Amino acid sequence: MSILHIVNKSPYERNSVALAVDYMRDGDTLLLIEDAVYTVMQGGKAASIIDGQKAIVLGPDLAARGIAKEKMIDGVEVVDYAGFVDLVEASDKTQSWL
Amino acid sequence: MATKKFMYVNRRAPYGTIYAWEALEVVLIGAAFEQDVSMAFVDDGVFQLMKGQDTAGIDMKNFSPTYSALGDYEVTKIYVEKESLEERGLTLDDLQHLVWEDEDEDWAEKDSIRLVSRAELAEVFAGQDVMFNF
Repeated sequence: MSILHIVNKSPYERNSVALAVDYMRDGDTLLLIEDAVYTVMQGGKAASIIDGQKAIVLGPDLAARGIAKEKMIDGVEVVDYAGFVDLVEASDKTQSWL
Repeated sequence: MATKKFMYVNRRAPYGTIYAWEALEVVLIGAAFEQDVSMAFVDDGVFQLMKGQDTAGIDMKNFSPTYSALGDYEVTKIYVEKESLEERGLTLDDLQHLVWEDEDEDWAEKDSIRLVSRAELAEVFAGQDVMFNF
């Protein structure tokens, strides 16, 4: 049973991203939205939290915050809102780490 | 009324919460009272000043261009904490270039942003009369 773990809080302000990662099992996916997108910034201390994890970020939230492609760590997939819906549909359930 | 030193401390990222936008509104309204206003950007607050913000995709107002108007409201002291920037993999180049025009020097354009260490900012805080926290 796969879970889509959704996080919307900055990794510098809360431990939600780290906790979500700790709870992830094989086949689970991590989706970073809103302030959680700061996790994927290159050179940022929080980037190491998602090392080796399959992480997906919401593109419109990256753009709003001025995080350009070249400012992101490698290996992160970017989706739009339709992609968000697809992820929810593809998972058995979602867990939002509010 | 004697002029007081007002410090607005910004510690939140923009858009995820309303704090950043509210702080900016309060600063701009407060500027009308001709106080000695400073702003500090600490923790996730440094994200507020990032260049290239485009909110078209999230259906929210992009208030980042407003920071460049601060100089016109005589808000010319904008402190950015070095440790917070570094922790987030940012440098001054990632932030907007904010300036003000000095009336006493033939409207010479000067930088508003002052990059300071945590210890230096603590000193600045110590010299203020009133602190506003967002």
